[in-house]
Amino acid sequence: MASSTSISVEVDGVSYTDNVEPRLLLVQYLRERLGKTGTLIGCDTTNCGACTVHLDGVSVKSCTMFAVQADGHKVTTIEGMAQNGKLAPLQEAFHQCHALQCGFCTPGMIMQSASLLKENPHPTETEIREGLEGNLCRCTGYQNIVAAVKSVADGVEYGDSGVCVSESLTHEVAKELTDELTDDDSETAGVS
Amino acid sequence: MIPSAFDYAAPTTVEEALALLAGADASGDDVKLLAGGQSLIPVMKLRLADPSLVVDLGRIPGLSGITDNGSSLTIGAMTPHHVMATDPLIAAHVPLLSQAAATVADPQVRHRGTFGGALVHADPAGDMPAPALAMDAVFNITGPAGPRSVEAAGFFQGYFTTAVEEGEILTSITVPKFDGWGSHYEKFTRVAQQWSIVAVAALVRVEGGVIAEARLGLTNMASTPLRASATEAALAGCAVDAEAIAAACAHAAEGTDPASDLNGDAAYRRHLATVVARRAVLAAVGLQGTRG
Repeated sequence: MASSTSISVEVDGVSYTDNVEPRLLLVQYLRERLGKTGTLIGCDTTNCGACTVHLDGVSVKSCTMFAVQADGHKVTTIEGMAQNGKLAPLQEAFHQCHALQCGFCTPGMIMQSASLLKENPHPTETEIREGLEGNLCRCTGYQNIVAAVKSVADGVEYGDSGVCVSESLTHEVAKELTDELTDDDSETAGVS
Repeated sequence: MIPSAFDYAAPTTVEEALALLAGADASGDDVKLLAGGQSLIPVMKLRLADPSLVVDLGRIPGLSGITDNGSSLTIGAMTPHHVMATDPLIAAHVPLLSQAAATVADPQVRHRGTFGGALVHADPAGDMPAPALAMDAVFNITGPAGPRSVEAAGFFQGYFTTAVEEGEILTSITVPKFDGWGSHYEKFTRVAQQWSIVAVAALVRVEGGVIAEARLGLTNMASTPLRASATEAALAGCAVDAEAIAAACAHAAEGTDPASDLNGDAAYRRHLATVVARRAVLAAVGLQGTRG
């Protein structure tokens, strides 16, 4: 039956040479051969985007590519985003903006967001939402995901306090929420 | 999901790819050409397709890119949707193709999926066939007998079936420039990244405040893309006026044979075609504000 094929792929800055069956999907190669389980398999049907990685710098769904197609190319996964122990700006923004709940979609969301910002460094909120149309969050936590991406596009710096320290969508959203909570508190206070 | 096992070949020339196809034909192998793989790989994972040989066209230089021929553009079959959606030559001369390509699936799929792959796959709900038909694209095919060209009217032959025969490869598509025409691709879906329930590709040329000529391609209104001929005829000479355009677009479903499925029955699609056609033409002539 089908023979194996030798491939050489650079993944997260490290070169690998392996024999693979042609039917091995890129996501299976990353997870099962290289142990890079940061890239997740969600739907396995090209819909959810959890398996998004970069191939030569552009986002692809690694469940919809054979590992042999990556021969001679560079792959970046979520595990290659942090540099020298420091989170990439998008990772930091997702952390600080609470842009995740269960976290399953997060690696794919961050990889697609990075690709989006490379193609369009200053997207509007609508462009961010459209840019993430191939990534599904089943916790439906899209609001903070969009806010996190917007904050990176806006060049927001995060302080040690864990809150966004300059004007941004995130900041606005946080402020509105805080105001609502304050209003509720005062109403409760008035009743008691 | 894991596809059935297959042999893999990655030729670096079209001649080598043709030889692989000829060899597979002689030995009775079931062979599939792999372009961007965004339709083929999912159907292989579902084992709806289980080819014994996959020939990857991704390593053949010269199958992607856009060439300006003066009055037309030639687009390599392996040009990704993302490039179609963002290339300045396409945007300047055939913006209908940029508009349609930008609606295909999602960004990741558009990075991998190709113009030629989508055309040969010929999914009735695919977004690229109807614009190609509306533009009278010419399909450049090569095979054992050498190169040949097929006009759009004869290219789409049925459900997932085109004029590309076994042993042949679609290498490029030539489209005339539509400088001075208005265009719009209007797609109706329920949710993001869904296949078109119905979509309409519109090209409209306005002269002296009157529609001189219109071309409309319909997506998912039959097993192949169709021209909305009755609406095209009704639009010729029509004033650039929302009511007149709506009246012409009321004929958009004439001659169609849409499928019924979970997204809508045939009658619903026939109704949608008239609505979506009206929106497409209004946008093409710059009357978006009057859409409804």
